[in-house]
Amino acid sequence: MNLLSIAYKSIKQRALSSSLTSLSVALGVMLMVAVLVIHGIIDRMFSQQTIGYELIVGRKGSGLQLVLNTVYRLKQPIENLPYLYYLELKNDPRVENAVPFALGDSSKRGGFPIIGTVSDYFVLEYAPDRKFKIRGTGFRDSFDAIIGSHVAQKNNWDIGSTFTLVHGGAESDHEHDEVFTVRGVIQATGTPNDKTVFIHLNGFYAIAGHDRPPNETLTKLKAFYTEGIPGHPELDQTDPETLRPKPGAHVHGMEDWQKEVTAVLINCKRPPDWPADAASPQMGSFQAEIKRGFKAQAVNPIEPMRELMQDIVGNIRKVLVVMTGLIIIVSGVSVFVSIYNSMSDRRREIAVMRALGAQRRTVFSIILAESLLLCVGGGFFGVLMGHGLVFAAAPYVAAQSGLLIDPFAFEPMEFAVLPALIVLASLVGIIPGLTAYRTDVAKALAE
Amino acid sequence: MSLLLERVEKSYREPDGSRLPVLDVENFQLDDAEQVALVGESGGGKTTLLNIISGISTPDTGRVVIDGVEINLLPEAARDRFRAERIGFVFQTFNLLAAFSALENVLLGMSFGGGNVDHARARDLLDRVGLSKRASHRPGQLSVGEQQRVAVARALANRPSLLLADEPTASVDRANQENILTLIREACTADNVSLLLVTHSPDIASRFDRIARLDEINRVSQTAAAAGDPV
Repeated sequence: MNLLSIAYKSIKQRALSSSLTSLSVALGVMLMVAVLVIHGIIDRMFSQQTIGYELIVGRKGSGLQLVLNTVYRLKQPIENLPYLYYLELKNDPRVENAVPFALGDSSKRGGFPIIGTVSDYFVLEYAPDRKFKIRGTGFRDSFDAIIGSHVAQKNNWDIGSTFTLVHGGAESDHEHDEVFTVRGVIQATGTPNDKTVFIHLNGFYAIAGHDRPPNETLTKLKAFYTEGIPGHPELDQTDPETLRPKPGAHVHGMEDWQKEVTAVLINCKRPPDWPADAASPQMGSFQAEIKRGFKAQAVNPIEPMRELMQDIVGNIRKVLVVMTGLIIIVSGVSVFVSIYNSMSDRRREIAVMRALGAQRRTVFSIILAESLLLCVGGGFFGVLMGHGLVFAAAPYVAAQSGLLIDPFAFEPMEFAVLPALIVLASLVGIIPGLTAYRTDVAKALAE
Repeated sequence: MSLLLERVEKSYREPDGSRLPVLDVENFQLDDAEQVALVGESGGGKTTLLNIISGISTPDTGRVVIDGVEINLLPEAARDRFRAERIGFVFQTFNLLAAFSALENVLLGMSFGGGNVDHARARDLLDRVGLSKRASHRPGQLSVGEQQRVAVARALANRPSLLLADEPTASVDRANQENILTLIREACTADNVSLLLVTHSPDIASRFDRIARLDEINRVSQTAAAAGDPV
């Protein structure tokens, strides 16, 4: 019989206390593994190198806010850009793609955010090497809509379903009259697109109430284009007050200069042999040029999120890992208490082993092996339970957050858990082991 | 010669710092395959004597020679190894480990020696003590007599040259006393093992060709007896 099997027998003899002790280690490790895996998934989501476009152009303000509301549909947009500015960007010779993005309103049912855009949005990749897969025809008419998988599931919508919008947030009671029809359902992407309703940009502008009074729009436009409105010299000469609508008048249809977008998604042109995951050579200068102006900003969708991850979320991860680490250490202390408390009952057993010829270091090793078996055994089950927890929680998290969690995701840091447990087991096993080592055989046998 | 004790003395430190002598053996021998009953009352120093012979304790002075090896000169780890390989121990209270089956208790005796753990021999020993069908039973599932038989099998596991039995029949009923005693003696005879069996029963001692009286061997006992003090 080797030391491990002798240690295992001793553990088995105290089955209940050993199981509970080992379970406490397993629960600690389970929490740590779940934290590591889920955080790793979120980390990868927020740290992806490209998300189909390399710049988001929006109104001057917080770059993080622009990214949060454009990519993650969180928070409200800062301020809109003139549609004319979008056309300027689209016609810039350095620009490969320019996709307009108009964020506002919510679906009446479910309160999902509404985005007005064009079909080009779905041509862009939503993650590295991942293209949208859409069931249905996509946009064909102004009042067509494409919905995310979560929207379809939650609202029980499919191709042909119709719906209306409410103005502003979901809590608004101002329902628009226009009815949109679902023409496409996006296959789950694990991104906020799953929880978004996309409508055709033309439909977005056709919604009654999205047309501002022309005098207000022109005033804003002149404030944006202080050096002249491109392509519309006649507007420079027009006094906005002359465009003030008469009471009771309702304007239908919008000129391009009256339209606005929340953001424009940009990809710059790149040489044919340029690496797909690298920023295009012109991106930097293009971004800097936009930044030099007073009215717009161009941000890389990754950088602000990476900074956020490093500054805040990264610290949360550290805190969580430290906390779960402390839980494991407390579990280690319970292993120590369990073994140490058993030592007084086992003095005779140890003395008998010594009388049979076991050396001091042998009985020390047996106690250390018990500690190892309890900690590492518990840790092994903890790893399995942690992945089981992620596996069980994956559908729920996906339903609640739109995050697609791979239940088999593995974090390299998990490799450190078992060696750390071996160190912990060795530390907590030393004192009980020394107690066994120092057992006075003659005295213990005489007791 | 299997065992030789020469001028072996042992004393313990008292709380006041003085020494309390418990053992003073001028000369004691056990020949190869000889079976000796050591008779003595409680407090006569017999446990101390067995501990010194087995190397669990060391004498203050004197020599303890087993199979030509002066074990009192060996470092502790070497004495442990020597005990595992050459000396079998049968305790009064059996001292089987409760977590282990009968077979595993016998195997445990082999685990601490230098040789291999021989499952076939362990099963054979259990067969010899009539417990082949109880091999997987734990001590709690065995009768008192069966437990002591497992203890005998464990003591013989490493083919010792010397078997020390400390009142092995004291905890079993009369019917089992005879069985255990016969088992131990026959096993020692069969394996050519020297036997030193401690007992305070004159009846059991009378079965042996040679009886050693502790109060005759241990001069401390003689002194204490003369002074009317217990040792």
